[in-house]
Amino acid sequence: MSLRLQARRLACERDDRWLFRDLDLEIQAGEILRVEGPNGSGKTTLLKILSGQLADYQGELFWDGAPLRQVRRDFLANLLYLGHAPGVKAALTPLENLAWYQALAGTVGNEDDRLEALAAVGLAGYEDVPAAQLSAGQQRRVALARLELTPRPLWVLDEPFTAIDREGVAALEDRLEAHTRRGGSVLVTTHHALRPSANLRRLCLGEGGDGVTR
Amino acid sequence: MPRVGEPEGGVMVAIRATLRRDLVLLLRRRSEVLNPLVFFALVITLFPIGISPDPELLATIAPGLLWVAALLAALLSLDGLFRGDYEDGSLEQLLLSPQPLPALAMAKVAVHWLLTGLPLALMAPVLGIMLALPAGSYLVLALSLALGSASLSLIGAIGAALTVGLSRGGVLLSLLVLPLYIPVLIFGAGAVQAAILGAGVSAHLAILGALLAVAMIFAPWAIAASLRISING
Repeated sequence: MSLRLQARRLACERDDRWLFRDLDLEIQAGEILRVEGPNGSGKTTLLKILSGQLADYQGELFWDGAPLRQVRRDFLANLLYLGHAPGVKAALTPLENLAWYQALAGTVGNEDDRLEALAAVGLAGYEDVPAAQLSAGQQRRVALARLELTPRPLWVLDEPFTAIDREGVAALEDRLEAHTRRGGSVLVTTHHALRPSANLRRLCLGEGGDGVTR
Repeated sequence: MPRVGEPEGGVMVAIRATLRRDLVLLLRRRSEVLNPLVFFALVITLFPIGISPDPELLATIAPGLLWVAALLAALLSLDGLFRGDYEDGSLEQLLLSPQPLPALAMAKVAVHWLLTGLPLALMAPVLGIMLALPAGSYLVLALSLALGSASLSLIGAIGAALTVGLSRGGVLLSLLVLPLYIPVLIFGAGAVQAAILGAGVSAHLAILGALLAVAMIFAPWAIAASLRISING
């Protein structure tokens, strides 16, 4: 059975304003769902709701057919969320940062895998430099190395292209597509135009959008 | 893509890694570890100068002074317990980990106690000499502070978790946490006082231990719930 995340009649209100109402959406295995909309249209809020971080919403969420609240641990074990803040500790080296994230997923992991993941995001040679000395784009790449390292079917990525250079963007797009080909699913917000592909769907939020899936 | 099952036996791995990570982080930023200790030493140094160098007078107020100063020093360091993680986004990753959050929060609190409460307890006897604390009460002082400061770390972490989302949470944190600190202060200072008077200290230490046991049972859940509330805001 393929994993999927479903939302039914989702609504969220902030400061007496509806960010979205009656939003139905479904993310199947092998799909990229791109959430679009102007600044302040509730993209990040939607992603936080869909990743189970915010409880302040109306509607229902289902993971694999079961209500999300009941299968929360199972859902979290299958989710990889990268937020606005990269979640990279400035005083730790990229290797140490990744080791902690692997341990949070419940595995000790090994150094070779971590080195390989860092090399894959173009950080070879920076493994032992404290993250504080890395640029914003490089810190973001440390966070992106988790995509290589921790196999999770559902990726929820909030503006993953921020501060990434052109080659990095292309490589990340390839990685997203490779993930969907292996049967994973991706939920992403970005202002960057993604390459058109068969398994890419778009969701528009905000005025004129009204949460239409295309 | 194969689904990932619920992690089994990964809790210990996650706890150990969180312990190591927080220890490394604090040891790389030593000023955060040294600040409470320096504060403690400064306050205790100022009292004989400000009040009187009379050893008898100092000896009577020493237990309370040492305990109050240590308590405030521990309070000072609490604000940073979750703030760094909150600001760089690793707190939301901690909350999204499939591991039980109370256990991970306990790991963070344990590191806080190891690098704040325990050093304060070890330092207190040295500062006790400055206050002419009678011999024979030094061990009880260190022991009561070690026990008590663990409760202080646990209770304080609840307040720190509740105020982590506020940019100026420091004052609010003190107001929230100080009333809950009072029982620990009473029995902690009481133990040292009893040791000076030659009375039995075991009752006081037992109550401190009981307070710690209660805090250890309830605080992890309270910290986890508070963190969720803060992230929701």
